[in-house]
Amino acid sequence: MSALWSLALRSAWNRRFVLGLVTASIALSTLLLLGIERLRHDVRDTFAQAVSGTDLIVGARTGPVQLLLYSVFRIGNATNNIRWASAQALAQHRAVAWTVPISLGDSHRGFAVMGTTRDYFERFRHGDREALKLAQGRVFDGLFNAVLGAEVAHRLGYRLGDPIVLSHGDGAFEANDHDDKPFTVVGILAPTGTPVDRTVHIGLPSMEAIHLDWASGAHLPGQHVSAEDAAQHDLTPRTVTAVLVGLKNRAAVFGVQREVAAYRDEPLLAILPGVALDELWDVVGVGERGLLAMSALVSVVSLVGLVAVILAGLDQRRRELAILRAVGAGPRQVLLLLALEGALVTACGVALGVLAGAAVLALGAGWVQARFGIALGLYAPTVAEWQLIGALLGAGWLASLVPGWRAYRLSLVDGLSPRT
Amino acid sequence: MTDSPNPVLDSRMETAPREPAGAVTALTVNGLRYRWPGAPGDVLDIEALSVAAGEAVFVRGPSGCGKSTLLSLLAGVLVPDSGEVCALGQSWRALSPSGRDRHRADHLGYIFQQFNLLPYLSVLDNVRLPCRFSARRARQTPPGGAESLLARTGLAERHWRQPAGALSIGQQQRVAAARALIGTPELVIADEPTSALDEDLREGFMDLLLGVCADEGSALVFVSHDSRLAARFGRVIDLPSVNRAVQA
Repeated sequence: MSALWSLALRSAWNRRFVLGLVTASIALSTLLLLGIERLRHDVRDTFAQAVSGTDLIVGARTGPVQLLLYSVFRIGNATNNIRWASAQALAQHRAVAWTVPISLGDSHRGFAVMGTTRDYFERFRHGDREALKLAQGRVFDGLFNAVLGAEVAHRLGYRLGDPIVLSHGDGAFEANDHDDKPFTVVGILAPTGTPVDRTVHIGLPSMEAIHLDWASGAHLPGQHVSAEDAAQHDLTPRTVTAVLVGLKNRAAVFGVQREVAAYRDEPLLAILPGVALDELWDVVGVGERGLLAMSALVSVVSLVGLVAVILAGLDQRRRELAILRAVGAGPRQVLLLLALEGALVTACGVALGVLAGAAVLALGAGWVQARFGIALGLYAPTVAEWQLIGALLGAGWLASLVPGWRAYRLSLVDGLSPRT
Repeated sequence: MTDSPNPVLDSRMETAPREPAGAVTALTVNGLRYRWPGAPGDVLDIEALSVAAGEAVFVRGPSGCGKSTLLSLLAGVLVPDSGEVCALGQSWRALSPSGRDRHRADHLGYIFQQFNLLPYLSVLDNVRLPCRFSARRARQTPPGGAESLLARTGLAERHWRQPAGALSIGQQQRVAAARALIGTPELVIADEPTSALDEDLREGFMDLLLGVCADEGSALVFVSHDSRLAARFGRVIDLPSVNRAVQA
C-alpha cells in the first residue's frame, strides 16, 4: 500500500501542471463552500449576540421581524411610533420590572441616533448578559450630551468634549441638520460587536428638544427655538419608537405579550427577541440553502473536472500501466493507484481551500466588520464545516474510482501489450 | 517439416529440452490453445513446450505470428482457452487473478521492446520496482543489490539518481535488464528487447543479458524476429513450426 502511495505521488508530481490546475479549481470550490457556511454561522452568531436579557420589545403594530430589525439592529425604519402614554402604562404594568424606551429617526453621518433613558446603560445586555461599559467619560446628564458607540468614535475620530451636530432622518439634506443645537461628546462606550457600536446615544429630553421647532419632518419656517430656550420647554417625549421590557417573572412573558396585543388605546405589538430572530432565520434560511446548494454544485463541477483530466490522460499512460503489470502489479492495484492519485489531488485542493479561506478571513474580517457589522472569527472549522470537508474528500475519493475503474479495465485488456 | 531459412540452426531446433535432474522446470506448456475473444480461429495451438531451469531459449518468429500473445500466456497475464501453462511447476490457471499477479511478481522478470522504465522515477527506483511488489524478491536482494546490478550494466554512477526519462534508449534497455533481474527471478521473458537498438548497442546488451542470466541461474525466453541473434543461444524454437494454428 505504501508502495502505491509513493508511486501515486511521484506519478502525480510528474503531471503537476495539469493536476495543479485541477487542484486550484477544487480549492476554489472548497473556499466557496466553506466560506458560505462560515458566513452563515457568523451572521447568526452576530445577530444572536446583539441583545440579551430583554424579555419583550414593544412597538407599533408592524411585523415581529421588522420591529426587531429596526429597534435592535437599526435596519429599516419604524412605520409608526407609540405614544408616551402607552409607554407609561407599560411601565406601570404589574408584571413589568423595568422598561427602557428608545426613540429612533435621526442620524449622524450615516450612524443612527437613539434617544433613551439613563437606564439603558444599565439594563441593556448583549452577548452573554454582558452590560455596556464606558471606555471614557460618563453617561449623558445634561440636555445636549451625547454618548458615542465605539465604532462612531473610532471612525469619525471623536474625543471627549468634541461638538457633534445631528441630522434629521438619514441626513441626506444639509437643511435637515439640527445645527442650531449642537451636542457635546461626554462619553464613549467600549466596543461590543453589536449595533450599539454604531449608535449615537442621547437623552429622550434631548431628542424632544431638537424637534421643538420641527413638525412632520421639516423645520417650521419662522419658528426658531434656541438651545438656551429649549430647556424652558416641557421636554417630556410625545412619542417613542419602541420600549425594551424586562419582566419580574419570565414565565409571564406570553401573558404580557397577549395583553399588549389586546391593548385598547393604541395598536401595539410585543415580540420576544429570540422568537423574532428565529422567524428572521426562517426567511433568510431559504436563501442560505440556495447558496449552499449552488456551492455544492460548484464543488461537483470541479470534481468532474478532476475525473475528466485523469481520464483524458489515461490513454497516454497505457505503457505505464503495462510496465506496472509486468513488475507484478495486478489490475486491482492499478485501480487503487489511480484512486489514490485522485484522492491525493482532492485532499491537496481541499487543504489549499481551507488555508485560502483562513487567509481571506485574516485579511478581510476587519473590513467586513466595519462595513456590515458582522464579526467574522478566525477559529478552527466548526462541526458543520468539518462535515463539509469530509463530504468533499469522500466525494473526491469516489469520483477517482471512475478513472481507477477505467484503468483497471485497460490493464486487463492490454495486459503486457498496450495499444498506443 | 520445418521450412527454415537458416539450415545451420536446424540441428538446434528442438521442442524437448535436456534438463538436469531435480531442478524445477522453468516453463511447461501442454496442449495450449488460445483465441482472441470474437476471433474466428485460434491464434495459438501448441502441443508441448518446455524450458528447463537456467536455460536460455531463443524463440524466433516473424511479426504477427502470435509472439506477444504467447508471451502474455507464458507470463500468466492471459489464461489459455484450453491446455495448461505452468511456470515453475505452478499452473497459472490454478491461481486466482491476484495469485497470478503475486506469482509473476515473485518469479518473473519482463523486458519490453522499449519504454521499459517509469520516466518519473529515478533509475535506481526503477530497478528496485519489482521489490515493491514482491516481498520475496525484496528479501532476495542484498543491500546494494540494485547498485551492483547497475554497475554491471556499465551505466555511469552519475545517472543512477536521475529520472529514467533522461537516459538514452540504449541506456534504458540496459537498466530494463537490471530491473528484470533484481531479486534473482527464476524466469526472465524478453520481448524483442534489441529491436529498437542499433548494432553496436545490440551486442553489448546481449552480452549483459545472457551473462547475468547465466550468473543468477535464471531461465531466459528471448523472443525476436532477428535470426542473427539466435547464434548466441543454446536452443532455438521456431514459433511457426510449433504453432499448429498457423500451419495450414
